This record gives sequence, C-alpha cells and structure tokens, in this order.
Amino acid sequence: MSVTLDRPLTETTTDEPVEKKPEQTDKLIIFAWSGELDKIWPTLILATTGAAMGKETTIFFTFWGLFPLVKNEIRVTGENWMQKMLAVMNRGGDEHLKLSKMNFAGAGPAMMKHLAKEHHVASPDELLTIAKELGVHLIPCQMTMDMMGLKREDLIDGLEEPAGATKALADAQGAITLFI
Amino acid sequence: MSITIATSLDLKGLSCPLPIIKTAKAMKELAPGQLLEAFATDPGSVSDFKAWAKVTGNPLVEAGEDGGVYRFVLRKKEA
Repeated sequence: MSVTLDRPLTETTTDEPVEKKPEQTDKLIIFAWSGELDKIWPTLILATTGAAMGKETTIFFTFWGLFPLVKNEIRVTGENWMQKMLAVMNRGGDEHLKLSKMNFAGAGPAMMKHLAKEHHVASPDELLTIAKELGVHLIPCQMTMDMMGLKREDLIDGLEEPAGATKALADAQGAITLFI
Repeated sequence: MSITIATSLDLKGLSCPLPIIKTAKAMKELAPGQLLEAFATDPGSVSDFKAWAKVTGNPLVEAGEDGGVYRFVLRKKEA
C-alpha cells in the first residue's frame, strides 16, 4: 500500500542521533518465578516488547512459573502422588491461572480477562504466540521439571531445551534482569 | 515535495504492547529509508513510539494527534 503525504515531513520530531549510553543493554532476561495470571501477564508484555525493541530476550521459567506452560488440556501432571496432588491443587495451563489477589475462586481472573478483552489487551496465550514469533527464548527450568514431575510432553510447543541456573545466569550476563 | 509511505498500520483500539509489536514487525519488512505510518488511539503510544524510535535507531519523523487518533511516521534506519 502506498500513500502520498500532502506535506513534506518535518524532520524535527525525534530525529536525534541514537546515543548508545554505556548502560544501554541489548539483552533482557526475565526470571518467571510466579505462576499467577497477574505476574505472567506483565512478564509476557515486557518480554514481547523487549523483543520488539530489538533486544535478545529470554524468559527462564522456574518454580510456579512453569505451570502456565503446561498444555491447557492436561489436567494432572506428575509421577508420584505428591507431584500429582500438587498439580491438582495448582492446575497448569495459561487458561487456568489464578490472581495473586482478589482471586475469588476464579471470578477475579474471569473479570480480569473480560476487562482485557474490552480494552483490546492481548491475552497471555496470544502474547506467548507473539513471543515465539519474535524469537523470545522460552527456557523451562530442568530442576523444577524434575522436582514437580513435569515432563517435556506436558509443556507447550515452542520452548527451548530445559536448562539450569548456570545457563540462566550466563544468559543474564550484561542483560536487564527482572525477577517476577 | 512528496514522500511516499510504504506501509500504513491501523492500530486504533489496541492496547500496550500490541501497537509497538505490530509496528516492529511491519518495520522489519521495510527497506532502509522507507516510511511507515501508524494510527493509534492508546495515549501510552505517544511515549512508547518515541522510546522505541530512540532505542532501535529508526527515526520518528512525525508524531501528531487529530481527534484522539495519534499518527506516527517512522523511517527505517540505514542497515
């Protein structure tokens, strides 16, 4: 599509040279520790935005943060009764997330999602898809997977190889680092 | 003098972070020097577009508002 401007462009708006300040980094890593809707949502908003800003972006999913990556149709994960009970109490999948406050047995998240739709805010599910499209590295924590009995096939597609703390900290070198 | 715009994006009604994400995706398709125009209604997009331009080095050559609709013109930076 091609449109013609009716007046010349003024080159004054923010056409300043880009200053690369020493503190400006080209990498962003978010440690997604909480599995709650109101924490995963901003995590995905920041990660997709970071990638859109040209930053090499990584999300390292650990502890409760791994559960949103469980496929929505999988009800129970885990191999032994403790891991299974954990999954029953804390159902995985980005459609089943709770709010960290005002959850009201699921009424809170339902209302939040309704408001988001009304205001055209992308859902966590949509943002995950965008994150994959933009090349955000989505890394599950191997140790959490072992401890909580989450298998690779329990988790959604498009994730990178599960990794440990050393790999995560190596990725964090010289990066903006957030723990959410 | 007339300058042609290579891509025009309608981002009206979208909330953060979609306007910037859609813009960043569309900018990837442009050749250096080409212009992209975007229309948005999210008031946060005013500072977001400015910041995105500054960080990525693609100049924001125009930013204006008309009746609650913001219009931004970005130029793809030289490779």
